[in-house]
Amino acid sequence: MTDIWEGLVHAFRLLVALDPDLSEITLLSLRVTLTAVVIASALALPLAALLVVRRFRYRRTIIAVLNALMGLPPVVVGLIVYLLLSRSGPFGVFDLLFTPTAMIIAQVIIILPLIASIAHQSLRELWSDYHDLLISLNTTQPQRIGTLIWDGRRALLTAALAGFGRAIGEVGAIMIVGGNIDHATRVLTTAIALETGKGDFALALALGFVLIALAITVNIAIHWLTRTETEGRW
Amino acid sequence: MGLLPLIASGAVVRRRENLLIGPVDLRLDGTGITIVIGPNGSGKTSLLSMLHGVLRLSGGDIIWACPLAEARRKQGFVFQSPILLRRSVRENLTYPLSLLKTPRNEARAKAVDWAARVGLGDALMHPARVLSGGERQKLALARALIRDPEVLFLDEPCSSLDGRATREIEEILTGAAHSGTRIIMSTHDMGQARRLGDEVVFMLGGKLLEFCPATAFFDAPETEQSRAFLRGDIVE
Ligand SMILES: Nc1ncnc2c1ncn2[C@@H]1O[C@H](COP(=O)(O)OP(=O)(O)OP(=O)(O)O)[C@@H](O)[C@H]1O
Ligand SMILES: [Mg+2]
Repeated sequence: MTDIWEGLVHAFRLLVALDPDLSEITLLSLRVTLTAVVIASALALPLAALLVVRRFRYRRTIIAVLNALMGLPPVVVGLIVYLLLSRSGPFGVFDLLFTPTAMIIAQVIIILPLIASIAHQSLRELWSDYHDLLISLNTTQPQRIGTLIWDGRRALLTAALAGFGRAIGEVGAIMIVGGNIDHATRVLTTAIALETGKGDFALALALGFVLIALAITVNIAIHWLTRTETEGRW
Repeated sequence: MGLLPLIASGAVVRRRENLLIGPVDLRLDGTGITIVIGPNGSGKTSLLSMLHGVLRLSGGDIIWACPLAEARRKQGFVFQSPILLRRSVRENLTYPLSLLKTPRNEARAKAVDWAARVGLGDALMHPARVLSGGERQKLALARALIRDPEVLFLDEPCSSLDGRATREIEEILTGAAHSGTRIIMSTHDMGQARRLGDEVVFMLGGKLLEFCPATAFFDAPETEQSRAFLRGDIVE
């Protein structure tokens, strides 16, 4: 009990003093996850819009695959990315294993299906509203996609935030492809795992508070966006 | 090059083996307002959408005097239940212009002008969702007219408007017709049909039962069904 109490007190001291290790780890976490969210959104949002406005041959297959990929265990994603990036793997020449880039790649793979799925759901609703009007106005395919993305931007931001929430708290894949190397690939989740293992609860708890704060912020933002969306604040 | 005449020959739309509408043979020419009337479910909406080109034909042809892509750009359509974008009144009005790459300032100036004409001048920056049912219809009408279409289809544009708003809309429509817009509109309001119609199409069961000058139709309807319809009887 005293261990935990001391840990808590120490953790607050670290937070208040903006401990350099703590800041470094937090900033790397944010950098990796935000980059992954931006890349995954840039791919997933137009894909979702395309799946909505266009009836092409493998549309249903792609939707099914996206939904299936959403359930992919992150550890397995980590393993696959590891194999692809390792020295003997097909992308070994780029020497990316155990770098933040590898972690970004893994996170993109984990959250892209999630973002695309959520975005697809809400854009489909918007499209059924707009369909007749956009057809009547003789819009081109890119114009339809642009209109849906713009008018559905709140819902799409919600999708991106959900991706952020998933990625920032993920540990398995990041641990495998990043290696949790001090000052290089150590992020919030992997650092917590390590410090807890070592019995250094102070740093682990401080990191945990930061992670919780981030997760809560994201959830509040999602809640707020969804509320304004359903209340029709457009 | 003008859009008209519009010639439909043997135009048919089927949905799952059922005949939705047709065969329609019709020629639209010149100027003025054509009114489409008929009981609920008789195919008024289907006829307008078919002519507009948003229903895929199962047979026959619909031919405009100019190439199809150009023809579509010069038509407007106002839906029975207005479809508004989740944007402000002004953005709703500028949207069709932005699709044509009209400069933003010019589009906004037109939006201000049209909003005022349909009595939405004060609501310009309001989100479209706060508008009342009648205001939505007016907005949808202004959005269709802002492109200055050569042919305008309207599907019961005054169905949820009160007497005064109906008159305002009718004035806008006759004004547009005078300045050369060819109007084809459906209505359930026989008073409105008499006030506005130059020609009348009477629909029943997906077929054009009559298509003639309005005066001829109202003074001496040709078919038993149209006489019953005008009396307000049930038409089979
Ligand atoms: N996509 C569709 N599939 C099958 N049936 C349809 C479809 N669209 C319309 N119908 C049917 O075609 C008939 C004509 O419909 P339409 O909407 O053209 O009637 P309307 O004259 O506009 O009626 P109202 O006065 O109620 O607006 C109706 O019986 C309707 O149920
Ligand atoms: Mg109708």
